[in-house]
Amino acid sequence: MSMNLEREKAVLPGSQLTVKKSLDISKILFGATVISMLVALYFIFIFAAEEVTMGAAQKIFYFHVSSAWLAFMSFFVTFVFSILFLIKRKRIFDTYAYISAEIGVVFTVIVLTTGPIWAKSSWNTWWVWEPRLITTLILFFIYIAYIMIRQMDGVWDKKARLAAVFGIIGFADVPIVFFAIRWWQTKFHPIVFGEGPSQKGGGIEGTMLVALFVSLAAFTILYSYLLHKGVSFEKMKIKVERYKEKLREDLEN
Amino acid sequence: MNIFRTALLLAQKDLYSELKTKQIMVTQIIFAGLVIVVFSFAFDPANNTTKAVIPGVIWVIIVFAGILGLNRSFISEQRNDTMQGLLVAPMEAASIYLGKFIANFAMMLIVELVSIPFLFLLFDFKFYGSIPYFILVVFLGSFGFIAIGTFLAALAANSKSSEMLLPLLLFPITTPILIGVVQATRIILTNMEKFSSAVAWIQLVTAYDIIFFVVCFLLIDYVLEV
Amino acid sequence: MIEIKKLTKQADNKLILRGVDLSIKKGETVAILGPNGAGKSTLLKVLATLIKPTSGVIKINGMDLKKNHIEIKKIMGYLPHSSLLYDHYTPLENLIFFGNIYGVKNVEQRAIALVKEVGLSFFLNEPVKNFSRGMIQRIAIARAIVHEPEILLLDEPHTGLDQGAIVILNNVILSMKAKGTTTLMVTHDFKQAAEICDRIIIVKNGKIVDDFRIENHNLGFVSEKYEQLVEGVS
Repeated sequence: MSMNLEREKAVLPGSQLTVKKSLDISKILFGATVISMLVALYFIFIFAAEEVTMGAAQKIFYFHVSSAWLAFMSFFVTFVFSILFLIKRKRIFDTYAYISAEIGVVFTVIVLTTGPIWAKSSWNTWWVWEPRLITTLILFFIYIAYIMIRQMDGVWDKKARLAAVFGIIGFADVPIVFFAIRWWQTKFHPIVFGEGPSQKGGGIEGTMLVALFVSLAAFTILYSYLLHKGVSFEKMKIKVERYKEKLREDLEN
Repeated sequence: MNIFRTALLLAQKDLYSELKTKQIMVTQIIFAGLVIVVFSFAFDPANNTTKAVIPGVIWVIIVFAGILGLNRSFISEQRNDTMQGLLVAPMEAASIYLGKFIANFAMMLIVELVSIPFLFLLFDFKFYGSIPYFILVVFLGSFGFIAIGTFLAALAANSKSSEMLLPLLLFPITTPILIGVVQATRIILTNMEKFSSAVAWIQLVTAYDIIFFVVCFLLIDYVLEV
Repeated sequence: MIEIKKLTKQADNKLILRGVDLSIKKGETVAILGPNGAGKSTLLKVLATLIKPTSGVIKINGMDLKKNHIEIKKIMGYLPHSSLLYDHYTPLENLIFFGNIYGVKNVEQRAIALVKEVGLSFFLNEPVKNFSRGMIQRIAIARAIVHEPEILLLDEPHTGLDQGAIVILNNVILSMKAKGTTTLMVTHDFKQAAEICDRIIIVKNGKIVDDFRIENHNLGFVSEKYEQLVEGVS
């Protein structure tokens, strides 16, 4: 046992160093998130003009769009890291892909809850079969399936490999889902580019646009903070597992 | 070329063993029949508006009967670990995928050949549209569904509860196909005037088939890797 | 024939193989002995391309296992615990299917001859699912050698067999040996190991702890060495 303790002591200084460094990054990210969120709140609630017909309920629009942007971005990150994992087979890529998908699922849920609220005040109905909303719903199901693959039993590299394959397929599917639903919703008249009749575009005021971009930036920073935090948690988990295994081995011998 | 030779041998093996046991296809056909009966309870066949749901019912049958077969496709290789036998044999993973795909697709087509006329018969459906185009749509839709389904079945077979996992993986991924074929079938069966949009849908489904068949072909190495 | 260098395998955080170096010449019959969980089967599976090694190089006939896996699989016969047979197929159909996959010529005659060799020609057209464990194991070995492999990997081939079946199995292995086949056999059965093998490797904790040749089927020598290395230490 004393041997073990010594060895662990030898390991500790090095690992402490890395912990400290990552703490700094996470602190910076945390600070940036808080500041940018406050700025975004100011822009959303004070700076941006109030919408005429919907009133304050329209403010949810900024969160809705930002969450949607974040959800799609995090799945894009999962897609990229899945490809990287299949090529390089490094565990860190898999961790990033997994954490990003988890964050993505959370934000798809936000989109799917704020969507009906927005729809209620905008179109006076809770749920509209609107292409972007359905695509988000399908996306949600795809990534729930992705998470379920991760919950399988077996060694990590098998799960990571299968999840990466599904992450690639799932992401490749999303644009096709979107086009299919858009065609379908436009009542059998295929429109690939431009606005369909069911999607009223344009007509956004300048201050709203500014507020939207500020909140998009704030959410992106929030995403990088969450990703960084999640990955460091996952790393710790892996490290603890490794120590456990080491201890078990030493006890056995 | 070697890929096709071993794939055909594998498909032949699966189809021959199906011929011997008749487990999967009989189940699939009976299941399709039951779905039709359930639909006749849900939508009154005597009612004229029921005709509008027929295109949807066709695809519900294909999807549910198909998933029964897909589930068995790789699970059946777990008995006596015959999957290991295939993996140590000198053939590419793509061969295994292709062989399984051919077998599943052939079985699916036979099930459709039996159950769709049965559906038309029971619901007394008057066929106004174009039969060749209808067959084309069914063919293309089943092709894409089985192509991606076989791939995901190989993926899900790694899980202990693969029967539950497969539908969860398969349905969201195949939404574009399902939307496309249901719309195309509806137009072809009931409203041939809008034929140009049916063609557009057929193009979408064909594009999907090609994209995902190629993607599955490329990625199957990673799924069957040990 | 088989060159293994610094082979390691890690599953999750557990090291199963920790640096195996092994070189086997053509025509050798090697028994791999060791306690449960020592990594014997894993070693065999890595050779059969069923498990990817974490690190290390394996060369078979000078070909790299990763790059030329199709060519290597062609000359490899593998018999694990399970039979790898299709239950509702007859022995003949099973052997013809696998023979075809391996591209064997005159596959039907070869299959019939093999079934005869393992003494089951009477059951040529019975589905395998009705067979007893011993009969299945005999067909399984016929399946493993249907393409006349140059390397034969056997994972505990003698378990659960009666005396008659063991004699048949040993005869098959010895006749393959006479043709110049290299055989690797994981086993717990020292008697059979001493009977047919000419080299013994003892594996413990993912490492090779001993590697020696035996002559004159010296069973006592093998057990003595094994006890000294495996049981004596712990």
